Order: sequence, then structure tokens, then C-alpha cells
Amino acid sequence: MSEKKPIPASNQKETGTLLHRVENEAERDPFAGVDFEELELSLYRPRTLFSVILSWIVTVMTLLALVPLFAVLLMLIWRGGKKLSLDLFTQLPPAPLEQGGGFGNAILGTLLMVGIATLITLPLGVLTAVYLAQSPGDSKLASAVRFSAKVLTGFPSILAGVFAYGAIVLATGGYSAIAGGIALSILMLPTIILTAESAIAMVPAKMKEASVGLGATGTQTVWMVLLPTAMPGILTGVMLAIARAAGETAPLLFTALFSNYWLMSRSHFDLMQPTASLAVLIYNFSGMPFKNQVELAWAAALVLVTLVLITNLIGQSFSRQQNLQ
Amino acid sequence: MSTGMVPNTGPQAPIPPAKNDAIMDCDIKELYYGTFKAVRDTKIPITKNAITAFIGPSGCGKSTVLRCLNRMNDLVRGFRFNGQVKYRGKDIYAPAIDPVAVRRYIGMVFQQPNPFATSIFNNVAFGLRINNFKGNKTERVEQALKRAALWDEVKDKLHNSGLSLSGGQQQRLCIARAVATDPEVLLMDEPCSALDPIATRRIEELMLELKDRYTIAIVTHNLQQAQRVADKTGFLYVDTTQGGRTGYLVEFGDSKEMFQNPKEKHTRDYIRGEFS
Repeated sequence: MSEKKPIPASNQKETGTLLHRVENEAERDPFAGVDFEELELSLYRPRTLFSVILSWIVTVMTLLALVPLFAVLLMLIWRGGKKLSLDLFTQLPPAPLEQGGGFGNAILGTLLMVGIATLITLPLGVLTAVYLAQSPGDSKLASAVRFSAKVLTGFPSILAGVFAYGAIVLATGGYSAIAGGIALSILMLPTIILTAESAIAMVPAKMKEASVGLGATGTQTVWMVLLPTAMPGILTGVMLAIARAAGETAPLLFTALFSNYWLMSRSHFDLMQPTASLAVLIYNFSGMPFKNQVELAWAAALVLVTLVLITNLIGQSFSRQQNLQ
Repeated sequence: MSTGMVPNTGPQAPIPPAKNDAIMDCDIKELYYGTFKAVRDTKIPITKNAITAFIGPSGCGKSTVLRCLNRMNDLVRGFRFNGQVKYRGKDIYAPAIDPVAVRRYIGMVFQQPNPFATSIFNNVAFGLRINNFKGNKTERVEQALKRAALWDEVKDKLHNSGLSLSGGQQQRLCIARAVATDPEVLLMDEPCSALDPIATRRIEELMLELKDRYTIAIVTHNLQQAQRVADKTGFLYVDTTQGGRTGYLVEFGDSKEMFQNPKEKHTRDYIRGEFS
């Protein structure tokens, strides 16, 4: 370069010293005195070996944990899938030795009872959550409610059924969809309270302050700021609770029992009679000695798992929305 | 007020001409958070259609004093107050006064931009909604956004989330939200401390525009900002002699006078940066 263009003397000098230094640096070996054996990845070194083995163990365990989930799904698709047809959704359960049939009434019954349970728990749970989230930290009532909700989360579901049997079935004189819905609501309530409370508590305090600073009353702040902002989180909790309730069998055995018919009495819709549900149908039919019923139970299991999966996916999409905010 | 219209010109009662045009008169004798004495002996008049700045070192209680002016301190547990805050001659701490109504006349803009997680339009319309405003909301929202110098930047995306705006835009959105209901006084608690210098300048210009229409009280850490925008300035300092850290008013007066010729030693030291 210096040959082509004349460079001012001072510049030339500087470039010269710079080049000179670079050459010097290159001459010196920067890795002088380094033992390259030490830098190589070697399984003979205990800590490297340990790390590699642990990585393998973690991977294998993760794959093992996935086995049950996919095994169950595959088995359901394999055994329940072949029976899938439109008839399943429209027909009534068959009598013993009868061929064909379906479980339309059980799907309807499950949706109905979960719906009743949601109608009960949604206002109750969300308003309780508002109270918990708004009460001062040292409130005795709030901590008692929060503790009870946590205990109730691990409540054996069969006890919810026994309770609803004593409180509703005996009082109203019979098994019914209403009793089933109430039993399920006992199981849904704690999940909804706890998830909704944490969703409301996650609303930034500065938003609450903004609302109050604009002259909103406490009620307006809750309805117009806290609940709308927390809504995706609340809905995630509701969906999780619904997904859990839809699969429950024990509480329904005591409250809704089962029925081979649609929810009708004297040609009009009636909630106060024994009601079929997918979970109880699976329980009943899987133990029967008839091939058709057992196959129906497999198909019902597939339908139930699909319903729960869809509910869970909807819940996930809500929580993703909250994260996007 | 709770079922009435949006305040347009303040209370309907005959307005007594306030002394020195002071629309508010803040007289704090003692202010406690629990057992902690946060502020004492602070008397600051807020002049109508002017900007009053509160300056002072951290922890001197200037935000606390500002929050007394629209009873935001009521939200703090253990808050106790001995004194008077007069708004148009009426004590807003009198038992018969509804703090919610007070805040509709005396609005607030916070340190951190805090738009709601909803559209730009709904953010500005919030104040109108809580007041059951029956008139033309679109018009009022446009007017408020214009006053906050934000209209041109957001007029094509009113239905985007308020949180999608930049920090400076969010703060102007919060100002638009506060002025949408036409309060008489605007309290600003370090409104620029979370913003970059360019956004800060815009907010300052905006404050100067807004003071024709509103009365503004501002807390600021930034002495240059107080010099640039404030007509009156109060300097608060921390008193550690009685145990604890209690803020009190050292000096109050016209900004020019105070920055050029402070009377008190504490003020002089603070302004010259000789504060330890």
C-alpha cells in the first residue's frame, strides 16, 4: 500500500510502528507455557465424566416420564379409535348383548354437570379471590380462607361425593344432575380461588393507583381495571378446574349415578334425575363381560381425554395472552 | 358527584376569590405513617394556573406532601394526618368529604407511566366512564389527546394497546387520561424520572402549555427542571435531630428568586450541589 500512494511522513512513521508492533506480537507465541493436554475434552477427567453421565441420566429420565403419557394416549387411540363414529355421539348406551349404541347422553351429562359446577364456582371463586387479593396482608379471615382453599385442593374427590350425597341427594330425594354439579363444584372451587387470586395479585400496583388517582371508587377499580387485566389468568385457572372436574368419577357415583336415557321426563328436560356421565360410563362398562360395552368404554375414554385436552389447550392459550401483555 | 357529570369548571358553588390566587392551601402540621413521623410543619399554597414545584433530597417527604393534595395517602395503611388541605377554601380532610370526589377535581400523574392494559382510546375514556359521562366520548378523547400533544402520533391506532407505546408516549397518554375529565388541579409525581431527555423536554413543554388551563403541582428531583418550568418552588429538607427522618419545608417562594438568591443555608447548599 505504501508503494502506491505517497503517505505523509508523520503518518508513515505511525503506520510503521504499528506494523512493527503487530509483527512483534505475531512472533511471540501467545500460548507459550500452556499444556494443551489440559485443554482437551477428556472423559478420563472425573468432573467431565460426571457431567456427561448426569446429562445422560437427565435425558433418559425425561423420556421415561413421557412414556406413561404417550402410552396411555396411544392405547386410547388404538383401542378406542376403531369404534369412533357419529353414532357414539347421538345414540344411547346399548343393553347387554345388544350391538352398536353410543353414549350421547353421557357426553351431554358431563358437559351439563361441569357447566352447572362452573356456573356455581365462577362467581363464588372469583369474588372470593377479589376479597383475598384486596384484603390487607394481616387479615385473619383472608389467611383462614386461603388456608382452607389450599387444604381443599388436596381433598379426596370421593369425600366431595359423600358430602353432596348427604347434603343434596338425601335432601332432594334422589340422584340428579344438580347434585352432581354441586359435588364437582366443591372440587373446582379451590383451584379457581387460588389461581384467580394470584392473577389479580399480579396486576401491577401502579395500575390500581392510576385508577384510584383518577377518582375511581373501589368497585370501579375492581370491575374496570383489576378483573379485565387479570382475566386471562383467571380463565386459565377456570379451564384447569374444568379439565379436572370433567374427569372425576367418584363424586358422580354418589350424586348423579348413571342413566341409560336422555335427561327427559314426560317429554321435557329435567335436571332432577339420575344423569349419565362419561367418567361413570367408563367405570361401569369397562367391568362388563360384554365385548360391545368394553369397546364403548374405550371409545368414551378417548372422547373424554380429547375433551380435557381441548380444555387444557384453551387454558394455555389464555395464559399465553396474559404473558404477552 | 358520583352520579353527576364530568366536572367542567370545578364546583358549582359560588367561588370565593382566594387570597393570592391560591387555589389550594396545604398546611401539614404532622403526618405519620404508623409511628413514623414523615413530614412536619409544611405550608405550601398552590397558585392557580401556575406550576408549583416541590424539590428536595430523597426521603424528604415531597411525594408524601403531593399525595396529601388529593388524598392518595388514604391508601397507605397507618397514615395519620394533622393539619388542613384547603381546596377552594374547603378542607378536603373534613369528615364530610368523599376522597373519591376530591380526586375527580384534583387529578394525578405518576412517576412510572401506568396506562391500563387496554386500548389507547379506552385508557383516555376511563375517567369519562367512571363518571358516567353521557356526551360524545370520541370528541372528548380526541380533545384530551390533543391537549397532551399525543394526538398526531396515535390518531391512526387508537385501538392499539396503550402498553405498545414508548415510555414518553405512555406518560403523555397518562396525562391525556388525567385531563380527559377536565380536573382543575394536576398533581405530577416526578413525571419525567423514567424518561429520556427528549421525552422529558416534551413533557416539560406540555406542562407549560397546560398551565393556562390547569393548575399544576410537580415533584421533581431535577433542579434544572424546576428552574425551567416552575413559577413557585418549595424546598423540603430532612430533619434528623428528633430521631427518625422527618421532612419539613425549608423555603418557599418564586422560583427565580429561590434559585438565584436562596434565603436559607440548606437551600443554598442543595442548589449549589454542596448537599452531603
